[in-house]
Amino acid sequence: MRFVDEFRDADKAHALAAKITALCEPGRQYKFMEVCGGHTHTIYKHGLEDYLPEAINLVHGPGCPVCVIPMGRVDDAMALASDPNVIMTSFGDMMRVPGSQGSFFDAKAAGTDIRMVYSPLDSLKIARQNPERQVVFMAIGFETTAPSTAMTMLRAKAEGLKNFSIFCNHVTIIPAMKAILDSPDLRLDGFIGPGHVSTVIGCRPFEFVARDYGKPVVVAGFEPLDILQSIYMLMVQLSEGRSEVENQYSRVVPWDGNVVALKAIAQTMELRPYFEWRGLGFISHSALRVREEYAEMDAERLFSVPGVRVADPKACQCGEVLKGVLKPWECKVFGTACTPETPIGTCMVSPEGACAAYYNYGRMNRHRVAETTSAAAGSASAGSAPAGSAGRS
Amino acid sequence: MCLGIPGEVIEISPDHPDLAKVDVSGVKRLINIGLLADDPPKPGEWVLIHVGFALSKIDEAEAAAAMQFLEGIGQAYEDEIAALRDSMID
Repeated sequence: MRFVDEFRDADKAHALAAKITALCEPGRQYKFMEVCGGHTHTIYKHGLEDYLPEAINLVHGPGCPVCVIPMGRVDDAMALASDPNVIMTSFGDMMRVPGSQGSFFDAKAAGTDIRMVYSPLDSLKIARQNPERQVVFMAIGFETTAPSTAMTMLRAKAEGLKNFSIFCNHVTIIPAMKAILDSPDLRLDGFIGPGHVSTVIGCRPFEFVARDYGKPVVVAGFEPLDILQSIYMLMVQLSEGRSEVENQYSRVVPWDGNVVALKAIAQTMELRPYFEWRGLGFISHSALRVREEYAEMDAERLFSVPGVRVADPKACQCGEVLKGVLKPWECKVFGTACTPETPIGTCMVSPEGACAAYYNYGRMNRHRVAETTSAAAGSASAGSAPAGSAGRS
Repeated sequence: MCLGIPGEVIEISPDHPDLAKVDVSGVKRLINIGLLADDPPKPGEWVLIHVGFALSKIDEAEAAAAMQFLEGIGQAYEDEIAALRDSMID
């Protein structure tokens, strides 16, 4: 199987899976949310669900930066970009996110000056080369990415650059987790905490989950074994009746996060009273905006932004997928009208989106995989049809 | 874009101590190391890079594991390296 082929430590994986199974109480179902899209990617790339007992259910969370951008903000960005004095810069992932009038790629093809960049810092060079035009960086992402935008703003200020601004769409993960915990739709038993976000914010911000909601959180790395280890740590906590924040990824994540990064964010940005998330609706204090002191770098102050709320396409159920209420394959348009080539919803756009992860690795549904596996195991040519072999990867 | 990719620090920019040249899978580019100002990386050390910024220092074993993982994910990693190759940080 793929897992065995690609990982030297398949024995360790089996051993961890056995330890997890041993901790399952008979008849009890466990639901753990992996908050981060990077984890979702690992889980489906390596078919980890097939290694876990049926009692363990992994629910995919909202931690995919482009997936949570509401359509209205894409439309606002398009309106900004359509100003002939503006050069819009954007990460590649954002280019395919559909607004009501198409994506950045569509607008670019139609002649709008939107340029793909690797880093917000690349926008500064474009600004220096085009002093007569305003370069607006489409700032998206969680706390992993916000420090990069903040540091770029500080650099622009230090240089005295007058034609660089940002369209700020940075979001913060903690209020989204709280919204999910408060949602009656979903009862979770614990969280696999985000790895890269935690390098910035550290582990302390998750303490309210353990303290106020009685749910364990384990901040996890991105290797398949990291995720299995984290699920084991969650199960140990549950079996001992504990709810704490633990750091499985301590080789990268400091408990207190990155103080320089947090200071840079605090210096340039502040919390918005509320912000709309695709699928989750308006969440209080869940996003960042540019501080008054940096008003000259705030595209929302420099330009007239329509700010119209646009409803998601009716057929799209990204909201339910982002909240973990629906599995991607339960959405009506998954894999038919909505594919990575022609995404209707954001979850199909980014490789970190749950739908794209399912689609790319041939996980049309869990039963099909299980049936394929058991059929293969029961036949003379056992193992000839590895799980997920229909994958397009 | 949310990927953290490991790179080996080759040299700190003589003109700009916030910038360092790194080697990512043979692609050598400047990145910003300002977020690690409390404990700046030295040449030969490894960092986890996200959108042109070093987010944290990592050891070589972690870098190798992360690289193996990234090379396994295919297109997303190729896109990231292609984007890094086109970057113009200075």
